Amino acid sequence: MADAHNLQILRGLIKFKSNTQKIWGVLILLTIVTTVEVALGIMKPESLMVSVIGMKLLNWIFIILTIVKAYYITWDFMHMRDETASLRRMVVWTAIFLICYLLYILLQEGGYIEGIYSTGHVKRDF
Amino acid sequence: MNTTVVNTGTEGKTWGGGNQPLKSSYGKMMMWFFIVSDALTFSGFLAAYGFSRFKFIGSWPIADEVFTHFPFLHGVDAPMYYVAFMTFVLIMSSVTMVLAVDAGHHMNKAKVTFYMFLTIIGGLIFVGSQAWEWNTFIKGEYGAVQTKGGNILQFGEYQDVNGEQVFKRVAVADFAIAGHDERVQQESKTGLWFVSEETLPEFTVDEVYNGLKANSNVLVRTQIIDEHGEKTVLSRGESLKQIKDNGKLFVQGANLQVNEYGTSLFADFFFFITGFHGFHVFSGVVINIIVFFNVIIGTYEKRKSYEMVEKVGLYWHFVDLVWVFVFTFFYLV
Repeated sequence: MADAHNLQILRGLIKFKSNTQKIWGVLILLTIVTTVEVALGIMKPESLMVSVIGMKLLNWIFIILTIVKAYYITWDFMHMRDETASLRRMVVWTAIFLICYLLYILLQEGGYIEGIYSTGHVKRDF
Repeated sequence: MNTTVVNTGTEGKTWGGGNQPLKSSYGKMMMWFFIVSDALTFSGFLAAYGFSRFKFIGSWPIADEVFTHFPFLHGVDAPMYYVAFMTFVLIMSSVTMVLAVDAGHHMNKAKVTFYMFLTIIGGLIFVGSQAWEWNTFIKGEYGAVQTKGGNILQFGEYQDVNGEQVFKRVAVADFAIAGHDERVQQESKTGLWFVSEETLPEFTVDEVYNGLKANSNVLVRTQIIDEHGEKTVLSRGESLKQIKDNGKLFVQGANLQVNEYGTSLFADFFFFITGFHGFHVFSGVVINIIVFFNVIIGTYEKRKSYEMVEKVGLYWHFVDLVWVFVFTFFYLV
């Protein structure tokens, strides 16, 4: 909606005065998140290498930060924040449900095949 | 004359018909639905990547060791800085795009033109960077030996860095000893016209083996990731044995068949997913250019609506959105 922009982000924690100002604000936020990601990726702190639900904690942090970035790109750059709730749900939940299903099936099967390989039923080291 | 029954008792309500419940134009809504389907396509690719990665979780290449180059900085180990730069360029061009959309809402033609121009430049820088990234990846740096089982054996040596023993890669070309028995590439003009072969590798495995034997400091590193998250380095004896018994092909760089960095699936997915994304960026740039010229000649001024800028903007942001995920799954995780 051209005339009615919702100018709050972070549930009203930060309120912007104009749409242009909000765009720059979101850019700063995205830059901070990307910088944190790259810094963590280069340092790889030992304390974040513990395994949490089948993956390293560091990888979970990366994925969560990515979803945070995706949220702000969709909500503020693509103006999803200003669309009606029905359009928003139609687009977002459809994608989320299907992607979760796809990921579950494929990652589960990948892990199964890895199990077959590593328990020695298939020789790969030659 | 109206012959249908229209009295449903829901007239005037949101979904009662005759109005626009989503308060969105047809074009914008269809762009959203296209984006959903395209998002599912990319998710399919990335999930397939995840599948292969989980399958080879103990031997997948470590991205920091693959993408270590930065343009004009030769020999400097700069993991990920360049992709971080590319990510920033794409986010920046997303910002200029959304500023163009905003200027369009205010019917400010000059500003829309300016911001569209910046967006196109950003897109071109990104596509160019990706071409450079591909080029570096395809050329490779150190070379490796592929075994009969399709595993990759890389070479390196322990060096003293600030009193600590650090494993540093060594290029095969630096230690391999060229032999005398040169094999000539079979071309279609030298024999049967339908029989030919690909370019021969620079070294034979024997040449690599002789070089390895002559350089007692060089060790072999396998694909297997140990408990510290690093690739396993073999002992001297084991290194020689592996190359002698299992070495089959010298590999330099990466293509769809072989990959010096590790499993060839890594290269396949890299080419396929970043290629598909790069194609999206390219087509986005083309559409942006078309809209840019339409802005200049005043098409949207006459229409009294810059909605087309908004629609192409949605597509452009989506390309950025996909890159955010590609960046995470290829370079970070």
